[in-house]
Amino acid sequence: MADAIFLALSVITIGSAIAALELRSLIYGSIALMGTLGGIAGFFLLLDSPFVAMFQLAVYVGSIAVLILFTVMLVKRELIFKKVEDKRRKFVGIALMLVFMVALGSIIMNSGIKTITTDEPAVDFRNIGADFLTYYWPALILMALILTGSVTGALILARREDVENEQRTD
Amino acid sequence: MSNELIDFVLVSVALLGIGIYGLSVKRNAIRMLFAVEIIINAANLNLVAFGRFLPHSGGQTLALFSIAIAAAEVAVGLSLIIVAYRMYQNIDIADFRSLKG
Repeated sequence: MADAIFLALSVITIGSAIAALELRSLIYGSIALMGTLGGIAGFFLLLDSPFVAMFQLAVYVGSIAVLILFTVMLVKRELIFKKVEDKRRKFVGIALMLVFMVALGSIIMNSGIKTITTDEPAVDFRNIGADFLTYYWPALILMALILTGSVTGALILARREDVENEQRTD
Repeated sequence: MSNELIDFVLVSVALLGIGIYGLSVKRNAIRMLFAVEIIINAANLNLVAFGRFLPHSGGQTLALFSIAIAAAEVAVGLSLIIVAYRMYQNIDIADFRSLKG
C-alpha cells in the first residue's frame, strides 16, 4: 500500500498537470507545469534514484520550464489569455481520456504487475556512470551531437531574417 | 519499500490520460507542448519504476537519455512555434493553414 508521501506527491503531480492545461493564463499554466515536473522528480526520489531526480530538476524544472516561460512572454498579451475551444470537442476529449484511463487501468490491474514487490537494494548511481562510459558510449556521443544539432537548428529557425544587423555610427 | 510498482504505473496512466486529453482538446500550440511534456514524463516515470523493481540499471539510464532528448525536442518545438507566431501573429493551430495537407 502506498504511503502518505506518495499520495501527497501524486495529488500535487496530477492536480498541477490538470491546472497546466486548464488555467486561463499561459504563464500560470507553465508555472503549474513546473509543479508537475517537480512532482515527477519527487517520485524519482521515492524510487531510490536520486541521480535521475536531480537530472530531472536541472533539465526540466531548471531549463525547459524556464524556456517555455520565456516563449510565453514573447507572445502577445491577448493571446496568452485567449481560450478557444468548443464544448463538443472538450466533451469528446474528456471521454477519450476516461476511456484510456479505464481501459489501460483495468488491463494493468488484471496483469501480473500487481504482485511485483522487491526487497532488493536499489541500483547504485555509480553503476549508471559505468554503464554510460562502457556499454552506452556510442549512444552518449550520438545524444550529444543530437543536442548540439537541435539547439543550433532551433537558433537558426528562430532567427529573424527581415532585420538587418545595423552598425551604429554615432 | 512500502510503495508498490502498481501505484507508480497507475499515476503514470493518469498522467498519460491527461496528456491525451490536452492533445485532443487544446488548440493553443504552447498548451499542446505542455501535454506532450506530461506524456513524456509519464513514460519516464514508468521507466524508472520498472528499473527500480526489476532491479536493473537500464531503466535509469534510458530515462536519462529520454530526458536529454526531450530537452532537444522542446527547443525545436518552441522555435517552430515562434516562427509560426511570426508568420501568422497567432499561436492557434487551426490558423496554421499552410501546414494543412
